[in-house]
Amino acid sequence: MNSFLRTFARNRGAVIGLCILVAVVAIAILAPLLYPGSPWRMVHRPFLAPFVLDRAPLGSDTVGRDILAGLVHGSRVSLLIGLVSTLVALLVGVPLGAISGYFGGWVDAALMRVTEFFQTIPSFALAIVIVSILQPSVGSIVLAIAIVSWPPVARLVRGEVLSVRTRDYVQAAIVTGQPVHKVILTEVLPNVVSPVIVLASLMTATAILLESSLSFLGLGDPNVMSWGYMVGSGRSRVLDQWWISFIPGTAIFVTVLALNLIGEGLNDAFNPSLRGRRT
Amino acid sequence: MTGFNKRELLKAGVAGLAAGELFFGLSPLANGSITALAQSPKRGGAVRAVVHPEPSSLMLGLVQNTPTQMVAGSIYESLLKYGHDLKPIPSLAERWEISEDGKAYTFHLKRNVKWHDGKPFTADDVVFSTDVFLRELHPRWRPVATTHVERIEKLDDFTVRYQLKNPFGPFILMFELSTTPIVPRHLYAGTDYKTNPNNNTPIGTGPFKLAEWTRGSHIKLTRNPDYHVQGLPNLDEIYWQIIPDAAARVVAYETGAVDILTGGTVENFDVAKLAKMKNTAVTGKGWEMIAPLSWLWFNHRQGLMAKKSFRQAVMYGMDRDFAKDVIWNGLARLASGPVSSKTRFYSDKVAAYGFDPAKAKALLKESGYKGEPIRLLALPYGEAWTRWAEAVKQNLTDIGMNIQLVTTDVAGYGQRLSDWDFDLAFTWLSQFGDPALGVARTYVSSNIAKGSPWNNVAGYSNPEVDRLFAEAAAANGEAARQELYTKVQQILVEDLPVAWMLELEFPTIYRSNFNNLIKTATGMNDAFQDAWKA
Repeated sequence: MNSFLRTFARNRGAVIGLCILVAVVAIAILAPLLYPGSPWRMVHRPFLAPFVLDRAPLGSDTVGRDILAGLVHGSRVSLLIGLVSTLVALLVGVPLGAISGYFGGWVDAALMRVTEFFQTIPSFALAIVIVSILQPSVGSIVLAIAIVSWPPVARLVRGEVLSVRTRDYVQAAIVTGQPVHKVILTEVLPNVVSPVIVLASLMTATAILLESSLSFLGLGDPNVMSWGYMVGSGRSRVLDQWWISFIPGTAIFVTVLALNLIGEGLNDAFNPSLRGRRT
Repeated sequence: MTGFNKRELLKAGVAGLAAGELFFGLSPLANGSITALAQSPKRGGAVRAVVHPEPSSLMLGLVQNTPTQMVAGSIYESLLKYGHDLKPIPSLAERWEISEDGKAYTFHLKRNVKWHDGKPFTADDVVFSTDVFLRELHPRWRPVATTHVERIEKLDDFTVRYQLKNPFGPFILMFELSTTPIVPRHLYAGTDYKTNPNNNTPIGTGPFKLAEWTRGSHIKLTRNPDYHVQGLPNLDEIYWQIIPDAAARVVAYETGAVDILTGGTVENFDVAKLAKMKNTAVTGKGWEMIAPLSWLWFNHRQGLMAKKSFRQAVMYGMDRDFAKDVIWNGLARLASGPVSSKTRFYSDKVAAYGFDPAKAKALLKESGYKGEPIRLLALPYGEAWTRWAEAVKQNLTDIGMNIQLVTTDVAGYGQRLSDWDFDLAFTWLSQFGDPALGVARTYVSSNIAKGSPWNNVAGYSNPEVDRLFAEAAAANGEAARQELYTKVQQILVEDLPVAWMLELEFPTIYRSNFNNLIKTATGMNDAFQDAWKA
């Protein structure tokens, strides 16, 4: 464990990413304390520039809502949707991939055809269709993102399982007569978990981007403030009041970058063949 | 002859005689620059205007949505036009008479009118259009023709008479371009109208002809040299540009690629920005016939909405001044009731509802509301409407309501209203100049039917209101109608079947060197007959 942390810490980008993520999570948790009111309240004159008014340090948007309040509350939605949809995608993708890789044969063939079916549809288009049909809400957005992001998980897990199941310790477990589910859960999966964790961190970043893109197009949950919504609602003012879109856009950029950096650090730390590459 | 009719006749005569003067820019209504007043019209030049979305067809007899009206309005004509005060102006008819009992309308047609293919225009075309073609196909003319018109007859080649079954006050407004566009009999009689190949090459009597239509790019109209008003039109060409993105339309105007941004084609905050540009004029005129009025539907079938105290709480809880000033950039007027102040028979002698959150809270308590979620359906017509829904949601949240905003696409919105699947919903509808045409439909109980988003979707029913609307439509004489309409407005405003929001303005933005653009109640639909470029 110590060597893992040491390798992770050696990647300076990953540490910076982690710090940013911790800060964003802290802001998200503390949002109701920082800005007790609703971020939808129209509290200022519209189109206030940043740093003009102490009460509105980042200015106000097209109808006078505080941009900083929106940013703080928006972090909750972006992180929540990113994490939950990734979790759902893992819950679908990991078991499917494991079963497919472990049993092989027609089970594998059938499950992989299903996976490919989803992979051949452009994921963003599919997400738009799902959200439009189900009406935009946090639930439908999580579902849409999960549906478009589980196939890569399934394929990755399948590939790893295919190689792990031929190892001697797995064969030994099978020979000693352990039930199948026990072999998969205790012998196979623990040994494929590291690439999945790396993938999950990157998926969370992608999910945040997807949610922002949906909100930008007006397909976000209309009852919650999110960064993508803020970018979208300021879009038409981008030539004159650029900050309305730019500030939440920066928040998305920084958070997604942080998650990617962390993913890379995790990859370094988990992947023994690369260990020490940077020294 | 009643006084009203004489006045109409007189006005028609004067307008006919003095056509030259009118066209010489003496009317200051649409002139962007004062210097233009002293100038005489110049011949020649082209104008580039924006139409959005692209029309699906230019055959105005078949398609009457706004983009088609704007473009085809220069190709086709009807018997009359209407001034900003909704008084009739001659177009294909040079004068007209209304019988004393209000049941016979006689139109005398212009004699030197030719279709774009050179064939002469006669009373046969008018009878064919209104008695056959439009009676079969036009969603607004058809019910009027069926219910109120006894017969349409040609008295001679240039005289047509409409004999009504009963007096119908708004009948004089039915000769507006999009309601009764006159189509050429020689090309349509005896054919399948919808598949007639002439639909792609519309032939009208208007000041411009269709020259070229490049889908997704532009529609080009050229001057009709045989137009029936001597010397007109002044312009040589009209280019209707199709630019799908709102921001791109703004840039197109800023860079000079287009000269006219028609109402509603740019977002509200851009209007203020563009208005500051040099050589630019902005006018809210030209929408008097439509007189867009916006309101919130209450679904009276839900327990709470059926309570007047609840409806009043919503009304008092909304900051309509904020919506007007911030969301519509001041381009609106607070609606006082069901009839727009631009529409005939408007009355301001009604109860007033200001922004009063304290009163709203008290009324909400009185209604027995206990925090149940209330769905607010937003109108998917662009950014302003989305922001407005968010602002109203915030207003109502502040008085203690639990509002869930629902957003959909246009089809989903129509579906939900048609199925009565909403609690509160935004809308705006046209008034068509007269309460009998554009107002009664929202409130009379005979108009409660699933399947349309434009009828009485609230489910409001009040026998007294039904009776007053019916009597007012059939009453003969303006005074009698005014009295009945004032009464019904008072009842409705007290009862609050829907929450009226704003009388909207869809400003037209244009270069000031274009003169005589918007001179009628249908604005851009007939803007180019005598427009000229300085």
